[in-house]
Amino acid sequence: MFRSGRRRTVTMAGSKVWREKKYVRLLVIEDDPSVAAYIRKGLDELGYTVDVASDGKQGLFLATSETYDLLIVDRMLPELDGLSVVQTLRACDKTVPVLFLSALGEVDDRVQGLEAGGDDYLTKPFAFSELKARVEALLRRGQASDSTVTELAVNDLTMDRLARTVRRGGEHIELQPREFRLLEYLMRNAGQVVTRTMLLEHVWDYHFDPQTNVIDVHISRLRSKIDKGFETPLLETVRGAGYRLG
Amino acid sequence: MRLLRTSTFQITVLYAVVLAISTAAVALFLYWSTIGFLQRQTDQTIEVEIAGLRETYRSQGLNGLTRVIGERIRAGDDAEALYLFADSRLRPLAGNLDTWPELVSTEDGWYSFLLQSDEKQTNARARVLQLREGLVLLVGRDISNLDGLLALAGGALIWGSGLAIALALAGGVFMSRRVLKRVENVNETTRSIIGGDFTRRVSTRGTSDEFDQLADNLNHMLDRIENLMGDIRHAGDSIAHDLRTPLTRLRHALESTSTTDDIDTMREGIESATEDADRLLSTFSALLRIARLESGGYRLRKERLRLSDLVDDALELYSVIAEERGIEIQTQLDTDTEISGDRDLVFQLVVNLLDNAIKYTPDDGSVSLTVVRSGQDVMLAVTDSGPGIPENQIDKVTRRFYRVDASRRRPGSGLGLSLVQAVADHHGCKMRLANAAQGLAVEVVFTSAVSDSQAFSS
Repeated sequence: MFRSGRRRTVTMAGSKVWREKKYVRLLVIEDDPSVAAYIRKGLDELGYTVDVASDGKQGLFLATSETYDLLIVDRMLPELDGLSVVQTLRACDKTVPVLFLSALGEVDDRVQGLEAGGDDYLTKPFAFSELKARVEALLRRGQASDSTVTELAVNDLTMDRLARTVRRGGEHIELQPREFRLLEYLMRNAGQVVTRTMLLEHVWDYHFDPQTNVIDVHISRLRSKIDKGFETPLLETVRGAGYRLG
Repeated sequence: MRLLRTSTFQITVLYAVVLAISTAAVALFLYWSTIGFLQRQTDQTIEVEIAGLRETYRSQGLNGLTRVIGERIRAGDDAEALYLFADSRLRPLAGNLDTWPELVSTEDGWYSFLLQSDEKQTNARARVLQLREGLVLLVGRDISNLDGLLALAGGALIWGSGLAIALALAGGVFMSRRVLKRVENVNETTRSIIGGDFTRRVSTRGTSDEFDQLADNLNHMLDRIENLMGDIRHAGDSIAHDLRTPLTRLRHALESTSTTDDIDTMREGIESATEDADRLLSTFSALLRIARLESGGYRLRKERLRLSDLVDDALELYSVIAEERGIEIQTQLDTDTEISGDRDLVFQLVVNLLDNAIKYTPDDGSVSLTVVRSGQDVMLAVTDSGPGIPENQIDKVTRRFYRVDASRRRPGSGLGLSLVQAVADHHGCKMRLANAAQGLAVEVVFTSAVSDSQAFSS
């Protein structure tokens, strides 16, 4: 439903995909006006069209009557709580991606949110860069039929998921299994910033707070394998946000 | 009317009432067993005499009866015995009474009458035997001695009871005062603690009776509260102290961006400020997480986990850091290590312990990690070869923001072990910190016997 005819075919190359960003419509269902304004302002600046609903009923009405590419839904809402909104949408076969928000101190059971039909989960307080990265990842997920792709390519870096081989400029690169998963995730989100938390959740499959810069160490190891000896570095660190490939 | 509500008054009255009732019961028993016994004996004597005289009359006739009575009076060995033989018009014929007395019927066949002798009147008790041709025989006894005894005993009982009640009242006042003084001692201490003097403690007498136990319990409670308040105060101080540094840095960074025209300096300042803000955010997140775990507001999503798998994952994640610093990680992982727990939280616990161990182990040192099952329990032990923790601080390191002085300069939030403790508590684990031969050893014991029904109910 969010694949409008105006959008061109998606490639993993990244940067081109979002040229038509302004046509991407997001709905934010959030009752706290300051949080809603903060999210709207940030997303506006990124070129998204943002609607805001201040309670669950209004949100559900908009989500069913209009077409959106992504919903950002607070867990605690007046009239109808976020979980019920999403459950109702899913019951109506609406497959729009949903990013849940929840304040610490509330019951922020991630699993509960994901079981209700949410696609991702973010706990307040959050950095806007984290929200941005997740929004972009979710929008992206809706476009590329991930799991069926067997070959990924970013510039001259290629990955064959079936043969489990990685090459750069025709040169074979030896990777550990975890490094392979890390690179795969980065390649799937090529051109986008992915945060450390996103990597932990998707590559290591745990939702936790790594006391130290352990992810940086893994990234720098991966970098030394895929970038060392090549002219254009592909894996860059985005300060204050995360990492970006390509 | 305040008097009526005091415990002293209530206890005293209760004490007196109980004593009065028991005194009355004792008096009644004494009366029944002494005076009553004498009365019954008197009655028996009369009965026996009547029976004897009736027999005499039957065998020896009127003359015999008169003779026997005469003999008995003359013998005089029973001064209290009274006899009067009279005709049908109650004119005396023989006996030691001058006239037929005015009889008052008391009970079946028994009479009492007044005996006039000299100048005093005494009571007497008698039975009357009907003989032939209207002749009657009165057999009785002077019971003046018995009356005297009764009066004596009654007086003694009344005085005794009075004395007993007076003693009871005095004793009640004394006893309740004594008891209540100790209660008042507790009251007085608690009042002054409420008033703000938190150092006060209830005094004990060292007899370890109930009041001492009460005082001891109160004192222990107060100590515990004081410790907790100390923790809170300490945490508050530490929050202020530990957050001031990044906040100050953040302020400097922002300030430098506003006073420069150089775009690179500006960008650098903003990036540094963002990093500090992120660090603050993550500290706050950790604090809130601990607070929620401790307050029980966190809904555990328990599932069956193999602890050794989680430890493997953590090792895989952190071994890169250990490798860079030449730290060797020795592992001993049993595979049969199923526990019931929240996957993310238990992983956080393992990661925090491993991260700590690596952080405090010097370069080229070693860290050992074991997961062993013994019976129902699965134990996770992490031992480092760092400096350990001074013994007097070992039970403080799980406090929020508590950092051993020597480690103040190392990076870290001072919340790692607090979070470990909170997760362990939430999972009903026993956690133990001890200085091992070469460093610090932390043991966390998961008891898998914890009710499975609860584990999967959410």
